[in-house]
Amino acid sequence: MKKIQILGTGCAKCQKLAAVADEAAKALGLAYELEKVTALERIAGFGVMFTPALVVDGTVKVAGKVPSLEEMKKLLA
Amino acid sequence: MNQRRNLSAVARAAAGLAALAAWWLVYRQLAAVAGWATSSLLGLRRESSLGSAVEFFIYETPKVLMLLVLVVFGVGIVRSYFTPERTRAMLAGRRESAGNVLAALLGVVTPFCSCSAVPLFIGFVTTGVPLGVTFSFLISAPMVNEIALVLLFGLFGWRVAALYLGTGLLIALVAGWIIGRLKLERHVEDWVYATKTDAAAPAEERLDLAARMAAGRAAVRDIVGRVWLYVVLGIAVGAGIHGYVPTNAMAAIMGKGAWWSVPLAVLIGVPMYSNAAGIIPIVQALLGKGAALGTVLAFMMSVIGLSLPEAIILRKVLKPPLLLVFFGVVAVGIMAVGFLFNWLL
Repeated sequence: MKKIQILGTGCAKCQKLAAVADEAAKALGLAYELEKVTALERIAGFGVMFTPALVVDGTVKVAGKVPSLEEMKKLLA
Repeated sequence: MNQRRNLSAVARAAAGLAALAAWWLVYRQLAAVAGWATSSLLGLRRESSLGSAVEFFIYETPKVLMLLVLVVFGVGIVRSYFTPERTRAMLAGRRESAGNVLAALLGVVTPFCSCSAVPLFIGFVTTGVPLGVTFSFLISAPMVNEIALVLLFGLFGWRVAALYLGTGLLIALVAGWIIGRLKLERHVEDWVYATKTDAAAPAEERLDLAARMAAGRAAVRDIVGRVWLYVVLGIAVGAGIHGYVPTNAMAAIMGKGAWWSVPLAVLIGVPMYSNAAGIIPIVQALLGKGAALGTVLAFMMSVIGLSLPEAIILRKVLKPPLLLVFFGVVAVGIMAVGFLFNWLL
């Protein structure tokens, strides 16, 4: 079970990042769980300074941008 | 293999130069085309109110949008060299004065969005960037806006652009330094310093030129896609002022003689939030009608540098006294700039 977390306070880009992650994970046929982290305390706890950010199994993969679907597949695979 | 890569790099450079040349040729023709479209195509007298408003709109819209695309592309490339992590590493443990200078400068080139102001603030102060230095960065990042800088350059020339850049940096530098001297650390929300930021940031990727060009194109899609409507609306308001407000109408209320206009402009501008790209066509129209440069500059800086939404976001990490000091010091700085220019020019 992969744990995908989207860090962001709910801006438009955060929604987009969540959508791309979801689509990529489905395309890869992963067993996954997606969580949106919106609490600032927790976002800061990841050491992220630029939202939105993508965290996979506890590791920050991307901060501050929305990767393309292809890039996202590589990040999740 | 290597040779082929060199060849494709040459081809890419040639395509880039050709695109730039085409951009320049089109840009040069805009004024003539706008004049022709207004008088011949639409049959309006260019001196009439409607005619001059329409011509303003037809000329400025493509001009500003073209400048915007070029600048955002260039800035997108420059920003691919500066990440918040790298900036923080440069600022951590700096002594105050030098740190304030560096922070103000880095604020200009580091990618920043006010929606990330809070995580950035926490990331800075918990890793040893002094509070005042952090504020220098937080003030300069939104206020010295590269889009505003280049639009000012394109519309008013290098002098106004340089004034804007220089005074914006000065405000960020001095305001941050004052906030540092006031020792307000206790007015940062308590949980901030308690935050553990142990998880590693994403590994730094090495980018080649093609990837940086792609970053520039992505910035154009993202930023121009987001602000073009504000720009067009701003130009439409500017066109209305240009065509229908009599020349020198602004001289009485926003001219040099009216000293109270500077604080008033800041007072109106602070709660407002607009994109830099949208506010500048309005600035241009106001200047054309006799408003004083210092007053207009103060208005512009307070609109893009401080805003109510930003205050609400920052309230999560700053207790009210610090938030008030922050807005107060910056607002006073902007007013000082307004008075200085009205007095100097």
